[in-house]
Amino acid sequence: MNTNNTSRKEFLASLVVSGLALAGCSSKGNPFDTGGTDIKPTGEKVKLLSVDGEVIEVDKAFLKPVPEMPAVSNNEARKGIPGKKFVMVIDLSRCKNLRKCQEACNHMHHIHTDLNWLKVYPMEEGEHTAPYWQPTTCMHCDHPPCVKVCPVDATFKRQDGIVLIDADRCVGCRFCMAACPYSIRVFNWEKSDMVTPELAAQPYSCESSMPQKVGTVGKCDFCPDMARKGELPHCVSACPNGTFFFGDINEDSVTNGAETFRFSDLVKDKAGYQLMDDLGTKPSVYYLPPASRNFPFEKGLENEKGKS
Amino acid sequence: MEKIILTDEKIKSDLLPQKFGRRGMIWTAILIAFCAVGLFAYIRQLQNGLIVTGMRDYASWGIYISNFVFFVAISLVGSLITAVLRLTGVHWSTPLTRIAEIIAVSAITFASLIIIVDMGRPERFYNLFLYGRLQSPIIWDVTVIITYFVISIFLLYLPLLPDIQILLGRKENKGLHKLYKFLGSFWKGTHMQFRISEKAISILCVAIIPVAFSIHTVTSWLFATTYRPGWDSTNFGAYFISGAFLVGSGAVVVAMYVFRKCYKLENYITDMHFDKMGRIVVMLALLYMYFNVNEYLTPVFKMKKSEEAFLNGLFIGDFAPIFWSAIFGGMIIPIIILLFKKGRKPLPMFVAGIMIVVGAWFKRFLIVTPTLLHPFLPMHNVPENYKHYFPTWEEWAIALGSLAGALLIITIFARIFPIIPIQETLIEEHEKAQHHK
Repeated sequence: MNTNNTSRKEFLASLVVSGLALAGCSSKGNPFDTGGTDIKPTGEKVKLLSVDGEVIEVDKAFLKPVPEMPAVSNNEARKGIPGKKFVMVIDLSRCKNLRKCQEACNHMHHIHTDLNWLKVYPMEEGEHTAPYWQPTTCMHCDHPPCVKVCPVDATFKRQDGIVLIDADRCVGCRFCMAACPYSIRVFNWEKSDMVTPELAAQPYSCESSMPQKVGTVGKCDFCPDMARKGELPHCVSACPNGTFFFGDINEDSVTNGAETFRFSDLVKDKAGYQLMDDLGTKPSVYYLPPASRNFPFEKGLENEKGKS
Repeated sequence: MEKIILTDEKIKSDLLPQKFGRRGMIWTAILIAFCAVGLFAYIRQLQNGLIVTGMRDYASWGIYISNFVFFVAISLVGSLITAVLRLTGVHWSTPLTRIAEIIAVSAITFASLIIIVDMGRPERFYNLFLYGRLQSPIIWDVTVIITYFVISIFLLYLPLLPDIQILLGRKENKGLHKLYKFLGSFWKGTHMQFRISEKAISILCVAIIPVAFSIHTVTSWLFATTYRPGWDSTNFGAYFISGAFLVGSGAVVVAMYVFRKCYKLENYITDMHFDKMGRIVVMLALLYMYFNVNEYLTPVFKMKKSEEAFLNGLFIGDFAPIFWSAIFGGMIIPIIILLFKKGRKPLPMFVAGIMIVVGAWFKRFLIVTPTLLHPFLPMHNVPENYKHYFPTWEEWAIALGSLAGALLIITIFARIFPIIPIQETLIEEHEKAQHHK
């Protein structure tokens, strides 16, 4: 467990540093710009991990909180974060259809409740099997059927495993929606009132998937803008029951914010599986079966009221 | 039966394009009105987005796409009548080639337009050329449709050149002479020109067959390359092609009847032509039925869980009335009519043709939408209206407008050019006369 924690810290630190380095490249909001020479070194040093993995020392006076990092360019966003391969684990035994995940996702991405990117399905395999709740995000497949059919490369697969959409390029043919066996893609049938004029005026960012544009397709993006900041996707941090785990398969660790597990152990011990993997889509989302559930299924039905 | 002697002059004056009569005017006005309403609906769609349609996230393709498939299907008849019959040495189909070819050109034109109508961002259409990716079936479709359109235009245009020369030599239709001159004044009818044209037509006839197969096979792959119940089928290419030849032939039969009636072409489109087309239609309908049996009955035998709701929806559920109407009205009843010699007379053929075309339109709807309303995961966390699909008036107006537009192209074409090839009819008559001597 201890080693896991260290690696997680390193993971976050390296993300921050690489974020700083990236931000440093742009002229605006340069975090290394001290705003003149009036900052006096205090002599108190802080140890940091450099991008090369070396431990370096920086004077405390030069440390500033990470500013709102400018979104990476859409060209950069197509490449993905080097060395990463993101993965999600959803523990079905913890879900009671509270849909805090959905609320947070909608709120943070400014999407209407009719167009939920994240849906929680009531599932039941067979007549005599137990029902359960299944939160469903984009599977970020390694063989994404949606990417295969896109005629203009508007939806693409990155080296870190994430499948994103360039809403500035999407022609709105909706072939990807027909191709996705998980039906996770949504279409912006009309101008959304959730997109404020200020937001609409911003250039579209593939990594934040904002602002959503009328006549184009939208979907769960695994929040790569958060990953760049070393933070968890909104659904993961919003779930009070810790249903969602997010992490990097190369580091073999996933976390829901409170608990961190070795990914391979978690999936092995709890018999994790992928949704409809028989289709050959190779999803990046793993489910842990709804065994020994924390809540009875019926508890979740209460949350169905008043919502579609 | 009394044999009417067809002199060159009679043939020419019979087949020249004629001014619209009262009925022609009303017909054209109705078509224009439908187009105008469709255009108005499309402007509304451009202003408000696709929200004006009945499509939502599950039924994300609706009657625009089924209309597109219908148009592509019907356009295949150009290659059947012009190329397949020509290459197999069939001569009786000569008077029908131009009808088939103009149906093909107008249908493929509106297939392209309706697919742009379906796009959420039509103004980005050029992205298909800027960023086109070869692995997407849409790019294959764009490529083959453009190719098919170009070949069809040439197959319409080249045989038209000698007729344009004839038209230019007449006093009638003076107002159109400018257009005729622009299109065909270079054609002098020399031996050399005929030879080049003949050769070009032969090459195009060979080329168009694989292209025709490609356009509809690729169109079927828009569906068959996905995982969905009802689309995930290896039968789809052949199933689509056979259906396409059927609906196209049905359309030609309808057009034959209408042109014969309106332009008094009884000497040129004879009962013999109906009889022969009737036999072709029966064969094609039987072929299509064979593929339907394969398409629906093998999955029904297995009743896979993922397909169960979809198949039940078609056979006994919400879509059953349309499904059975399309199967019986669009296939079985026409087969029964046309199996009898009396059924292959013009009027019953016309009725059967209409049934086939209308049935085929609804069949395309059944191919597109029911599948989308039966996803693998439950339809949940969406508004109630996402779970059903019924087209809005805007969609109907646009779809009907596009159908009217295709008919309008055919109507205007027949007003400007002879719908039966004059030159080829002359040659045929001369050959016949030689035989008799």
